[in-house]
Amino acid sequence: MQALDELIGHVEAAIAAAGDERDLEQVRVAYFGKKGEVTALLKGLGQLPDDQRRAAGQAINQARDRLQTQLEARRLALSAAQLDSRIAAETIDVTLPGRRSGQGGLHPHTQTMQRIETIFRNAGYGVATGPEVETEYYNFEALNIPAHHPARAMHDTFYLEGGERLLRTHTSPVQARVMENSEPPIRIICPGKVYRVDSDMTHTPMFHQVEGLVVDRDISFSDLKGTVIDFLRVFFEAELAVRFRPSYFPFTEPSAEVDVECVHCRGEGCRVCSQSGWLEVMGCGMVHPRVLEMSGIDAETYTGFAFGFGVDRLSMLYYSVDDLRLFYENDLRFLAQFR
Amino acid sequence: MKISERWLREWVNPPVTATELVAQLSMAGLEVDSAEPAAPPFTDVVVGSVVAVDPHPDADKLRVCQVDDGAGIHTVVCGAPNVEVGMLVPYARPGAVLPDGTRIGQAKLRGVASAGMLCGADELGLDAVRDGLMVLPANLTPGADLRDALELDDTLIEIDLTPNRGDCLGLRGLAREVGVLNDCAVKEPEISPVPARIDATFPVAVSHAQGCPRYLGRVIRGVDVTRSTPTWMTERLRRCGLRPIDPVVDVTNYVLLELGQPMHAFDLARLAGGIDVRLAKPEEELTLLDGSELTLRDDTLLITDANGPVAMAGIMGGENSGITTDPAGPTRDIFLECAFFSPLAISGRARSYGLHTDASHRYERGVDFGLQHLAMERATALLLDIVGGEPGPVTEALDQESLPARSGVTLREARLAQLLGMRIPTATVETMLVRLGLPPVATEDTDAGRVWQVQAPSWRFDIEREADLIEEVARIYGYDNIEVTLPASRMRLEPTLARRADADLFRTQLAASGHQEILSYSFVEPRLNDLFEPGIQAAPLANPISADLGAMRTSLWPGLVKTWIGNRNRQQPRARLFEIGRTFARDEGGAVAERSWVGGLLAGSRDPESWNQPALEVDFYDARGVVESLLALTRNREAWSFRVERHPGLHPGQSAAVYRSGGDGEVLAGWVGRMHPEVQAELDLPRPVYLFALALDVLEARDVPVHQGLSRFPSMRRDIAIEVDASVAGAAVLDCARKAAGEHLVDLSLFDVYAGDKLGPDRRSLALGVTLQHPDRTLEDGEVTARIDAIVQSLEAQLGAIRR
Repeated sequence: MQALDELIGHVEAAIAAAGDERDLEQVRVAYFGKKGEVTALLKGLGQLPDDQRRAAGQAINQARDRLQTQLEARRLALSAAQLDSRIAAETIDVTLPGRRSGQGGLHPHTQTMQRIETIFRNAGYGVATGPEVETEYYNFEALNIPAHHPARAMHDTFYLEGGERLLRTHTSPVQARVMENSEPPIRIICPGKVYRVDSDMTHTPMFHQVEGLVVDRDISFSDLKGTVIDFLRVFFEAELAVRFRPSYFPFTEPSAEVDVECVHCRGEGCRVCSQSGWLEVMGCGMVHPRVLEMSGIDAETYTGFAFGFGVDRLSMLYYSVDDLRLFYENDLRFLAQFR
Repeated sequence: MKISERWLREWVNPPVTATELVAQLSMAGLEVDSAEPAAPPFTDVVVGSVVAVDPHPDADKLRVCQVDDGAGIHTVVCGAPNVEVGMLVPYARPGAVLPDGTRIGQAKLRGVASAGMLCGADELGLDAVRDGLMVLPANLTPGADLRDALELDDTLIEIDLTPNRGDCLGLRGLAREVGVLNDCAVKEPEISPVPARIDATFPVAVSHAQGCPRYLGRVIRGVDVTRSTPTWMTERLRRCGLRPIDPVVDVTNYVLLELGQPMHAFDLARLAGGIDVRLAKPEEELTLLDGSELTLRDDTLLITDANGPVAMAGIMGGENSGITTDPAGPTRDIFLECAFFSPLAISGRARSYGLHTDASHRYERGVDFGLQHLAMERATALLLDIVGGEPGPVTEALDQESLPARSGVTLREARLAQLLGMRIPTATVETMLVRLGLPPVATEDTDAGRVWQVQAPSWRFDIEREADLIEEVARIYGYDNIEVTLPASRMRLEPTLARRADADLFRTQLAASGHQEILSYSFVEPRLNDLFEPGIQAAPLANPISADLGAMRTSLWPGLVKTWIGNRNRQQPRARLFEIGRTFARDEGGAVAERSWVGGLLAGSRDPESWNQPALEVDFYDARGVVESLLALTRNREAWSFRVERHPGLHPGQSAAVYRSGGDGEVLAGWVGRMHPEVQAELDLPRPVYLFALALDVLEARDVPVHQGLSRFPSMRRDIAIEVDASVAGAAVLDCARKAAGEHLVDLSLFDVYAGDKLGPDRRSLALGVTLQHPDRTLEDGEVTARIDAIVQSLEAQLGAIRR
């Protein structure tokens, strides 16, 4: 049995000496393979006398099992070490920035316009558009603003050379066009660009408007109030006080201007609302019967309301922008803030 | 319209504070722009009488004055050059606090003790400019508190009146409105007719009665226009924003503010023959009081005499016939005009000559046509008080027919309730109408409610139909008292357009792929239109805000390029921009066609600077890739082709036209390419810029996907490398390969393009990846090889390719 003890010593030393799984595999083949030394010992049992065979067999098998367990344990240890070193070798600096192309984004007015459209579409309004270069008829006459009407002076109008065409001063002409071509019930908003000869901190020569129009049986001023109040609260995401002041637009009667509680100071008075606590945000009213008539709608059977507001002004308030002109300077540092 | 609260309260004095009054007006539709004190706070300033003025012993510019403040005589040192014995001036007693916070005390000025200070109007915040001591009216009592003496505790209220409320362009109309709002009485000043003391009249004829239904005239002889207007009047004018001019003009202005009636005074000596009110003859000329020389149009109503035009009716008087206070020959006799001109005869005229006057503002909106006699008597009485003179009788030229019609307007209680969405008690409605001067006469009284007939008064030009009366009722009832409801819906489902891509789809795609949306003005510098689209006729603006915003854009590129230049100047190293908007092109007939586009610009590095990406500059294929990503959204890639065509704004060797084929043949959809080197030089851009533009009307048609079955069998890929002449277009190679590949082609890629020394100067090699797949079985090796050979043969035969 001395040979066995010696062999055990050799195997144990070989297992311990194996530096990686390949070495270890060689050890296994050398001792436990078909031609391996331990296998040879087992094969040699047959030549032993019967009385010794049993004890020797037991001793060799025990030694083999123990050594194989040792070998397996060593294999696991080596495998884990190898994975560890591979992981260590593959470790990178994950705090470095990722690989990407630049960030894009939508203009803040587009985002405001999309919100407004969503709000009204959800309530069943359609969206209508029309030309930006308009005729006097649709921009003024069809809206009950005849030539020489003092209200024309309120619209500083851009005219194209030649004098017959103008840039629409509001999106109301779209309402007139829609009413001409459809039957009530009409429930639309008309978003778009409009133009006035004006340029300072709070005016740009081009800006965006959304107008709404509802024409049906029994549409009332109280419906207009409800719709406008709902819209302002939904848009500003706050329960704001809203007030209606009598005003004058040739195409609506009664007409009102709408003030909303200042979204910045909540009515306390601040720079944004000129200390008044109120922000003027909208004009509205019941569609003037003459406008309905001119568009071929029976003003006795149907009534309607219309409202209109500046998208730019709502953007300004919603995003706390203090100079309207920034929206059209397209400074990327400005635009990037709205991505 | 700017008014003095004190003056208003002489007419109507409701039990409300100034703040409440302002809120009331705004909530009734007379929007108050501002309400400011007539004078800033100051204390202990009294009327002082200068009783002696002596030179200062040690200072040339100072005077030592003795001032009587009612309680005693005080020595005050004063530097004002206009100080004189006998004048009344504001005297700040020791202890007085001035508007700027200065506390006045006892002082020694160059050795002379001075008790208090004599003040200029600027020091009391009553005038912006320094003009010596403020000279007070002689009728004031020394010692009286200046604030009381000048009625300085007053609020100046500026009201932004809407064009329908011309009736409120005078104290009288505003008082009426305030009376209605507070349900309190209006006290009209006593105005009684001034009897004629002489027989003198001046003949008046009205040729254009439609434009001038009523014309009152009156001669006043022997006036002294060199007298000064009393302070109470100039002070009221000043508080209402009018500058005192001469006593006659001041009186007509006073009546304008008080009653809302514009008037004009002529120098009788400068009128010849008689007055005729008529339309201008073409090319007739008139020099106005403000010196402007006008050539008149024949739609302009004139006041003329035997020699021609003397005034533009309802707008401004002429220079040749006005009052003069010139001491060499002051006006002695005047002819007063007080007329009603029809709004339609005046409106727009002033503006068409670049004018806007207090008179035109009122006549355009409608002056009370029942007011002229009252105003004439008021003005006469005031004038006699100030400048004296002998009045003649009032003459009147009247054409009753031409006065505005005031037919009855029907108001139905049921309609009122329906339109407002609530019922206002009948009695409340009737009371409000009566207060408004619109007394209703009930003509029907049914279950549905009453029907009233209402006659609008001569001062209301905005009550023409039922809606106008409904507005009046709602306004006085208070918009805030009207209920809040939501419209009942009759829900109709509208078709949605699955076959049309919304602009938002392209927006989302571009933003998600790293592009920033911009919004630029629709008008651009005309030069930029010409640079990018010289072939398109632009529509110039007749009245642009500035020359660099002079014409409607014919392309989105000027706005995108200007945005890039601006950002480049602000040190942005790169940009990927897009805009969705319209362009405008004028045709031969002058009509303007609008077209919506999606346009974009790429400049600078392909990606933001990064440690892990090479810093490559964008090139044509980046721009084309962006375009392809948009075309892909139409779900019909086969319909699109890129062609080598020239665009004046683009580099001839690096640009392509984008076409869409469809049922009607091929349509040009837009362009992609590098900015033309000459344009780039013209714009001073050192590095290339890539542009694209696609017309939305061509882009938006979108296919609805039709599902194709998926093969469960393996696909086979083979690569082909060929060499062709460099002039053979890549697209031609791909087209040829695609056609030859047969029905089982599932993917064709171009994975390498090589040109270089190994091939010779005019050759290049292309590597294609061909993937084939059969829907129902595994393709056999032989089949695939045969198909690949067919592709190669086709390339060889059609394009002279050589397999490598």
